Amino acid sequence: MQMLLSLVIGLLYAAGVYMMLRRSFVKLVIGLLMIGHGTNLLIFTSAGLVRGKPPLIDPGLKALGGPTNDPLAPALILTAIVISFAVVAYTIVLVKRTYQEVGTDDLREMRTTDR
Amino acid sequence: MNALVASPVLIPMLTAILCVAAWNRLRLQRVISVLGALALLAVSIWLIVLVDSGGAVSTQFAGWAAPYGIAFVADRFATIMVLLNGISALAVVIYSLGSIDERRESMGYHALLHALIGACSGAFLSGDLFNIYVWFEVMLMSSFVLLTLGGERGQLEGAIKYVTLNLLSSVIFLSGLGLLYGTVGSLNMADIGLRIRAATEADIPVLTALSVLFLTAFGVKAAAFPFFFWLPASYHTPPPAISALFAGLLTKVGVYALIRVFTVVFTTDPHIMGPIISVIAALTMITGVLGAAAQFEIRRILSFHIVSQIGYMLMGLGVAIVANVRADRLAETLGADAPDTIAMRSAAAIALAGSVFYILHHIIVKTNLFLVAGVVLKLKGCAELKHIGGLYRSNPMLALLFMIPAMSLAGIPILSGFWAKFAIVRAGLQAETYGIVVAALFVSALTLFSMVKIWAEAFWKDQPEGDPRAVESYGAVGAGAPFKPALMYAPIIGLAVITLCIGVGAGPAWNLAERAANDLLDPVPYTEAVLGEPGLQRLAALGLYEFPAIDPIGMPIETASDGTLVPTLADVPTGVTP
Repeated sequence: MQMLLSLVIGLLYAAGVYMMLRRSFVKLVIGLLMIGHGTNLLIFTSAGLVRGKPPLIDPGLKALGGPTNDPLAPALILTAIVISFAVVAYTIVLVKRTYQEVGTDDLREMRTTDR
Repeated sequence: MNALVASPVLIPMLTAILCVAAWNRLRLQRVISVLGALALLAVSIWLIVLVDSGGAVSTQFAGWAAPYGIAFVADRFATIMVLLNGISALAVVIYSLGSIDERRESMGYHALLHALIGACSGAFLSGDLFNIYVWFEVMLMSSFVLLTLGGERGQLEGAIKYVTLNLLSSVIFLSGLGLLYGTVGSLNMADIGLRIRAATEADIPVLTALSVLFLTAFGVKAAAFPFFFWLPASYHTPPPAISALFAGLLTKVGVYALIRVFTVVFTTDPHIMGPIISVIAALTMITGVLGAAAQFEIRRILSFHIVSQIGYMLMGLGVAIVANVRADRLAETLGADAPDTIAMRSAAAIALAGSVFYILHHIIVKTNLFLVAGVVLKLKGCAELKHIGGLYRSNPMLALLFMIPAMSLAGIPILSGFWAKFAIVRAGLQAETYGIVVAALFVSALTLFSMVKIWAEAFWKDQPEGDPRAVESYGAVGAGAPFKPALMYAPIIGLAVITLCIGVGAGPAWNLAERAANDLLDPVPYTEAVLGEPGLQRLAALGLYEFPAIDPIGMPIETASDGTLVPTLADVPTGVTP
């Protein structure tokens, strides 16, 4: 499972970087999103995968018995997802406004501030 | 106590909420905004006085003890940053009253400004790495919107680069964070620092690789070489008040995070990270200043200078790490008490204190220069050096107010920048890192060249033929923007006075920076503030702390010259005979 998830993460990063290197602004945003998803999976995987063991204390016990899933990692991911939701909302508006203003989504046409 | 440590975050956030509540009443928003900035400044002064006299304080939210709860830690370095945050916030808020158009104000300008300021405070005070990530994101979101507020073409194009690179850096930060949590199993910085110090040989290569991820992530935020391209592409596009706040604060949050992470958290492989950071620092300085030499728009020149100044701050950090490694090596060959070893240790302390002092001086000066550039933009409607001139004749006051921060930036003696550069260069010489010292002096000369270029073109030469207002210029915001000179000059004068005070009274400021640097180099104060007694026990187990010996009846003990332990008589309570 760890191997499979690692491969998926690697694939998401690679695809994300590829998309970011394209000239279209929309593809750039999609690339950023893919890397973001890859990162969320990375946190999930690196915190350690334990199958079918939620961090719940069994009835009759006072503490967790044996290894369970780490509840903190999903909490971190949830926070990251909420943040990336806001970021995506913003970037989509930015794409739209830039398209209205510049008339294209070709990033090569958007270099006037660099001159 | 708890509320005090968190108040530099709570006050701006509350101000932002109140500004949103007063959405349609601009006048009320302005009053709230100014009051909020004043309250933040008052609290940050209070906090720095408290922390400087009594040592670092911390609080854990929701009563979960560290390392499980989210910690807020106010040590000297953090409170210095919060104070600078408060000063530049007040300056920018007052300046915006005289320069920002009502259209932008009605789109929530004040609320966003305070959200940004609060997020910066949060990043400075947080003692938890994931919490720093969250504050970074809050900071980024509000800065994204501030940058594009108004939606002019230049702003949007600049924002694309700013948004893309900063989001990428956040993702790298988050990846590093996830892997670090997987490796050491903690997010509290003091706790991670202890765990990393106790790490086994097998873990060290992983931790070094992770520290490079953090270096990259914070390097983008700090606009260090080779990640700085977003900065000169975007900082000159929004209205001057906004770019002044960005220029003063945002990159310094990245520098703060770098210094914090490489002194408190990643201490495993200094002989690798020290040279890397030093080389990055040298290249940042040089590329920044050369970039500036090729520019002819005031705010763009100043933007490139932010990059080159970041190099100096990183140089302090790099030299400090290198000097510490050399001191360790000398301690092995010559002994810990040899004069060479002690000189090398003090070089590390001076370098890091130089970094802190440099940030202290830079935030004030850089904010001020952008504010001055804003006045030029208002007066001439353009900031292209080719199309403007004659400001010395028409506005001698403005020329003087430009001269103070500009010369301070270049490092002319008795102004604050001179002492900052002097300290860092001296530490570099003492640590025998000559290459970077040469780079620093060379860059300093070129900085003077750039400042003189702005002076000669905008202030000294006569106004050239043609109307500068006809030239398209970013952030000029012609329609509807007020121009109230009194409100724009007041913060400029205030910041210039602070620059002069840091220059003339460099002693107290330097001592404060030195105390802050010593707190960073010594793991004890930070660990004690966050983790308390258990943290000290773990430090003692690592051989980094010694508990003061106490005899069974509770009296401190000293070691006599013959090696026996004797109670110290001075500490004996009256009425008790030993």
